Amino acid sequence: MHPMPIKHSFMTRRDLVGYAILAAIIFIVFPALLEPFRLNLFGKYLTYAFVAIGLVLCWGVGGILSLGQGVFFGLGGYCMAMFLKLEASSPENTAIQSTPGIPDFMDWNQITALPWWWEPFNSLAFTLVAVIVVPVVFSFIIGVAMFRRRVGGVYFAIITQAIAAILTILIIGQQGFTGGVNGITDLRTLNGWDIRTDEAKTLLYFVNGGLLFVVLLIAQFVRKSKLGRLLIAMRDQEDRVRFSGYDVANFKIFIFCLGGAFAAIGGAMFTLQVGFMSPSFVGIVPSIEMVIYAAVGGRLSILGAVYGTLLVNYAKTSFSESFPELWLFGLGALFIAVVMAFPNGLAGLWSEHVEPRLMRLWPGAANDTAASTAEKTPAE
Amino acid sequence: MLDYNNKNFVLMVEDLTVSFDGFKAVNDLSFYVEPNECRVIIGPNGAGKTTVLDLICGRTRATSGSITFKGQNLLKMREDQIVHAGVGRKFQTPSVYEDLSVFANLEISYPKGHGVFGALFFRRDAAVRERITEIAEMVFLTEHLGQKAAFLSHGQKQWLEIGMLLIQDPELLMLDEPVAGMSVAERRKTADLLNRIIADRSVIVIEHDMGFVADIATRVTVLHQGQVLSEGSMEHVQNDPKVVEVYLGH
Amino acid sequence: MFADYSTSDLIAIFAMQGFAGLILFSVFVLMALGLAIIFGQMGVINMAHGEFMILGAYVTYLMSNLFSAYMPALFSMYFFVAMAVAFVAAGALGMLVEWALIRHLYKRPLDTLLATWGLSLILQQTYRTVFGAREVGVSIPDWMMGSLPITDLIEVPINGIFVMVLAISISVGVYVMMYRSGWGKQVRAINNNRQMADAVGINTAWTDRMTFAIGCGVAGVAGSAFTMIGSTGPTSGQLYIVDTFLVVVFGGAGSLLGTIASAFSISQAQSIMEFFLSGSMAKVLTLLTVVGILMLRPQGLFSLKLRK
Repeated sequence: MHPMPIKHSFMTRRDLVGYAILAAIIFIVFPALLEPFRLNLFGKYLTYAFVAIGLVLCWGVGGILSLGQGVFFGLGGYCMAMFLKLEASSPENTAIQSTPGIPDFMDWNQITALPWWWEPFNSLAFTLVAVIVVPVVFSFIIGVAMFRRRVGGVYFAIITQAIAAILTILIIGQQGFTGGVNGITDLRTLNGWDIRTDEAKTLLYFVNGGLLFVVLLIAQFVRKSKLGRLLIAMRDQEDRVRFSGYDVANFKIFIFCLGGAFAAIGGAMFTLQVGFMSPSFVGIVPSIEMVIYAAVGGRLSILGAVYGTLLVNYAKTSFSESFPELWLFGLGALFIAVVMAFPNGLAGLWSEHVEPRLMRLWPGAANDTAASTAEKTPAE
Repeated sequence: MLDYNNKNFVLMVEDLTVSFDGFKAVNDLSFYVEPNECRVIIGPNGAGKTTVLDLICGRTRATSGSITFKGQNLLKMREDQIVHAGVGRKFQTPSVYEDLSVFANLEISYPKGHGVFGALFFRRDAAVRERITEIAEMVFLTEHLGQKAAFLSHGQKQWLEIGMLLIQDPELLMLDEPVAGMSVAERRKTADLLNRIIADRSVIVIEHDMGFVADIATRVTVLHQGQVLSEGSMEHVQNDPKVVEVYLGH
Repeated sequence: MFADYSTSDLIAIFAMQGFAGLILFSVFVLMALGLAIIFGQMGVINMAHGEFMILGAYVTYLMSNLFSAYMPALFSMYFFVAMAVAFVAAGALGMLVEWALIRHLYKRPLDTLLATWGLSLILQQTYRTVFGAREVGVSIPDWMMGSLPITDLIEVPINGIFVMVLAISISVGVYVMMYRSGWGKQVRAINNNRQMADAVGINTAWTDRMTFAIGCGVAGVAGSAFTMIGSTGPTSGQLYIVDTFLVVVFGGAGSLLGTIASAFSISQAQSIMEFFLSGSMAKVLTLLTVVGILMLRPQGLFSLKLRK
């Protein structure tokens, strides 16, 4: 066999085509075809895709399954919601309350002054920093505690799930400070700009798509760096990596924090796009549902995560509108099918079935394909 | 016995004990490795051979005793720090990264970019490529650089793992049954390879194949029930009545 | 916070809360036992465990209706029949699931987790379709109603005592099965070394299926017991799954005694704190403590240092 050229460039031509197609779908096809209400709905789906991309890096590439990504999505979303809520709770807007100038749910719960930890969220700059920093610090603490002690696999999954449960109970229980089970609702303006109009939502959709591409490119860079290959190596032979002189825990902490940061951006965008944040996006059920987005897309495929998210959520909306009782059957079957029959998800179906046929029609790009499929997990 | 006090040892293992719930897998063990020595550890199954390597490379924590490598106390160091100090370890079953190419396998072992950000911004420059090509040639894998490691034969995986250690250029190389599962031809090639690579470093080898041991050993240590039963040249241990009894008497 | 209460009040509070904690403990033990078998011995994460439990609860509900409609004379004893049927039903479903899903996934624990989560969604929707979204309750036979007065201030409900007795007898049963029977020896042998167990002639595939089925069956009995103290809805099982996993992990997977000890400490902590704090804060503090301890001691309370 002739020595093969080893290419690990940041983006092969095949990747580039993939990104271009996705960009065309998000920035041209959807806005052209969808009425504002639907476009806003797709904007909401896109915010989940941030989480799915992080899960591809953590779980697909790094083998770390977090069942608590809703925690980071929620923390990012709540940080943003706190800012918007304070802006919506100006003394003029809340004149009828017994304590004007504080969020309505605080007033309902007989709280008479803004808690100290709400104060900094009067500042947009602080909020934007907090959207990233709060979830990252939180994931860093979890990561250090777990990975330094070499907790991984199912234990990590269960403990992250427990953390999601704890945070949900806490948010619901402390309704005077958090808005409780309803969450933080009735958000109106961002620095005076009304986010509830169709025009605002359409603009937010594009901002959302732009940020998604920034995150996609960061993920692509990580995936194609030596760190990306190290994650795969750690997933398969953790000890060998350790005895090649790497401090494995640091890499896991890093990728877990990165996944947390992605989820947080998604959460903050969710709050803006949809106009509220509630504990129903934090707990066990949403967190594990986010895993299925990445799984359907193909757990190793960054682009697949976006398609998986869009597809599952579109299906969910369509089913829930026409046959609500069928949706859980469908979702349950999806979990089983994607594990049992399609471990590489849409990306796997694409590269195994669709692409070879396309290649026969257009043989020029064949070399690229061989190089980029070399690091796929075989579907056992 | 030799006089150990005047020598400049690379590795000093002294009074080493590890117990698992009361069972002493290694019991008050001491031995010393000189520079450029090839030490072979033999012994019946369960003698504690692999455990000794696990202890040296930090995979298992000792209950008591000390392990000193070039004046550093290895017992206080993390696995990756021990590697950076210059200790390389090959596992009994070949452990290579099956989903990565042979090239990437070697690249990961290349001793640069070991921090998170170092790895993130690692550049594959000419020096890296050159070194990987050089090592691949040594371990007979030049033709397979672009191939996924999963598609290598068992023997080739063993070589790849040896290559992954060589690229780190360790001062102490520890090999756990490097020829297990190899064909006769592969064994000969491996013995050849080992004889070349042990020239300028210290090596500890665990091996069962006596012919192979005789080929490479400077000195042999026989372990039995976690203790040194006999130590010396191949000839010396083969004629030691205690060794004969352990191997044949049971 | 104790200043407002007299000493005898406090004793009564602790006793009553302690007893409430004992009932919670019994439910935890019953749920965790099945999981301890499946997770501790087989290393399988069954996220649908709660739904197996709820199956037992619905079976009990059906039996209660059946007896009151056709055999009112025997109604006082229906619960024992219901328990047996619940065991068989959940066990049979367990066998089916092991055959269809689990056996293909033994080497992929994270995938098992996702697949069984999918199963749990399907089961929930099935329950919702068959029994409706509203919670259902069973009629409790007369002899289980009321409570036993211990002192003037302290009295304990009989159904609570019954659930406790049940938890203890099933724990003993599981212990005997795992540590005193040939079958238990086989299960543990497979857990230690599957290939070797295969080689010495243990039918590993069959033992796996039976182990999984028995774990599910015990969950079914737990569900049966659950109806004595609470009502049953399609998603009741999901509410407990995280607690149950924490109980098993906290106790040290593979240790039956550990599971029981951890169920005891978690339930007691929670129910005593519940009196002084709000229910949700008591739960948050309990779970946080457990997670905190698990971060410091990931192997759980009871586990051995083993040669790798």
